[in-house]
Amino acid sequence: MNDRLALRPNAFQRWRKNIVRCKYLYLMILLPLAWLLLFKYGPMYGMQVAFRNFRVRKGIWGSDWVGLKYFQQYLSDPGFWKIARNTIVLGFYQVVFYFPIPIIFALLMNEMRSKGAQRLEQNISYLPHFISVVVIASMTISFLAKDGLINQMIVSLGGTAYTYMQNPNYFRFIYISTDIWQEMGWSAIIYTAALTNVDTQLYDAAVVDGAGRLQQTLHITIPAILPTIAIMFIMKMGGILNLSFEKTLLLQNALTYDTSDIISTYVYRKGLSGSQFSYSTAVDMFSTIINLIFLLTTNMLCRKFGDTSLW
Amino acid sequence: MIIQSRSHRIFQIFNGFFMLLVCLVVLYPIYYMVIISLSEGAAVMTGKVKLLPIDFTFRAYRASVQDAMFVNSYWNTIVITVFGSIVSMFLTVLFAYPLSRRDFYGRRVIMALATFTMFFTGGMIPNYLLVMQMGMNDTYWALILPGAVSIYNMIVMRTFFQGIPFDITESAYIDGANDLTILWRIILPLSKPIIATMVLFYSVGLWNGFYNALLYLSDKRLYPIQLFVRSVVLAGETLSADMANNMSSEGGVGLLAEQSTKYATIILSMLPILAIYPFVSRYFKNGMMVGSVKG
Repeated sequence: MNDRLALRPNAFQRWRKNIVRCKYLYLMILLPLAWLLLFKYGPMYGMQVAFRNFRVRKGIWGSDWVGLKYFQQYLSDPGFWKIARNTIVLGFYQVVFYFPIPIIFALLMNEMRSKGAQRLEQNISYLPHFISVVVIASMTISFLAKDGLINQMIVSLGGTAYTYMQNPNYFRFIYISTDIWQEMGWSAIIYTAALTNVDTQLYDAAVVDGAGRLQQTLHITIPAILPTIAIMFIMKMGGILNLSFEKTLLLQNALTYDTSDIISTYVYRKGLSGSQFSYSTAVDMFSTIINLIFLLTTNMLCRKFGDTSLW
Repeated sequence: MIIQSRSHRIFQIFNGFFMLLVCLVVLYPIYYMVIISLSEGAAVMTGKVKLLPIDFTFRAYRASVQDAMFVNSYWNTIVITVFGSIVSMFLTVLFAYPLSRRDFYGRRVIMALATFTMFFTGGMIPNYLLVMQMGMNDTYWALILPGAVSIYNMIVMRTFFQGIPFDITESAYIDGANDLTILWRIILPLSKPIIATMVLFYSVGLWNGFYNALLYLSDKRLYPIQLFVRSVVLAGETLSADMANNMSSEGGVGLLAEQSTKYATIILSMLPILAIYPFVSRYFKNGMMVGSVKG
């Protein structure tokens, strides 16, 4: 259709006719398109400050071009590699420990016999998704305080209270487990939706063939939702470094920087609190590029070894 | 129809317990904050409050409501949420409808441009510089405009519009209606469920919004509730980190708030969402479902 437009001799006339016919549609999209270009593509254009020595007074165009100076600066800084490692490790932890949980939860929920109970379970389990990140962080910090809920429980079970938030060894565990608490139910919805589309005749046939519940799950249910899992996996890998800046910022403190300082919080500290705009934009581009590489690779692998891909 | 084996019965029992446990783990932390906020300080200090409030009192809530900063930030958040949702819905509908029309040339290009931004963004600093350059800092535009359209929501809405038979549009054309009339009189009334879902998504997002306010607001009188909660609840705990960082204390409240006041503030900040949740949770779920079958 419109890709072949250029080959047609009367393409221009067809365009003109379409503009007349759909003039109100063009009018409608004008405002959102302007928004898209300004607020989404504007910052992409602004990314060039990473290659310039940005000075507020000179503006983006007026600032001197310095090429890859800032990239060289951070790539040779051992402090940067610690932050890059923290980001990648936390991202991988999230994929390994968080990603399978909603799938398992959806499968178990699917085994519930009462549909009413199932719906109630679902509605309760995704409530935390709508709690703000500030409240989540507030709850986490106050529950893990020395006299907080968790420590009270530990003490009553005979343990000793401990300040978990101040120890870098616990940061990743805390980050991932609060993520599971908040998002497990919500992420499970998509799998539950896929599960309701499984053809029930397959189960009846399997029962005739003598398959037990576990075999039914392994050979019918899981293969049926595999495409959904693959899509979610690609999306997750494509955003592997998209950790929550807000949550990390709120949960971290100077004592846990060894594990809790990630690229986005570093960029925030250096760029906005420290006004090193060019340097921190260059650092930020590192995570954007890594993300893109992960997305393209996972997508390619899924297309090669399975038949699911994003495009 | 299915013969229940013994192992399966045992599994069912364990599964039932597990599901109960999940509900408990989800609900208890919220319930715990409620009972602490309704208890007298002395009982809270000794850690006796576990299942029910002890020495029931609304003192903590009175203290929050009488705090001028709290009331001010609550009001700010209401303003931001109402106006922001209107702006977001307006832009999202105008974005999604033309893209849902098969006879609209250029929809592929615009769709590709929009989808690309889901995977590639300019990043924090270029966004910040843009907002500063436009002079939107310390105005609510900075909280409303940069994230006004969620491309994901827009695609979900477009998918919904595409499900409406084109014959309806075609016959309205024949009756002399133009696209604006068709959208307003035919498409939107047929799309009430998806519109309700989107309004909820956007307003929850705006109510819970923290990032833009953190970056762009320096005037405390403009603070939304989330920044207020942060200053009251987290200021005490993160004070040492902030000092180590040589950062200025951002907390508006000098004194460390006591536990029940902190939790009362948190509960009040969540109140609108908790209050409507039982009635609207199916809309949230439907929104997610429509998105998942876009294919």
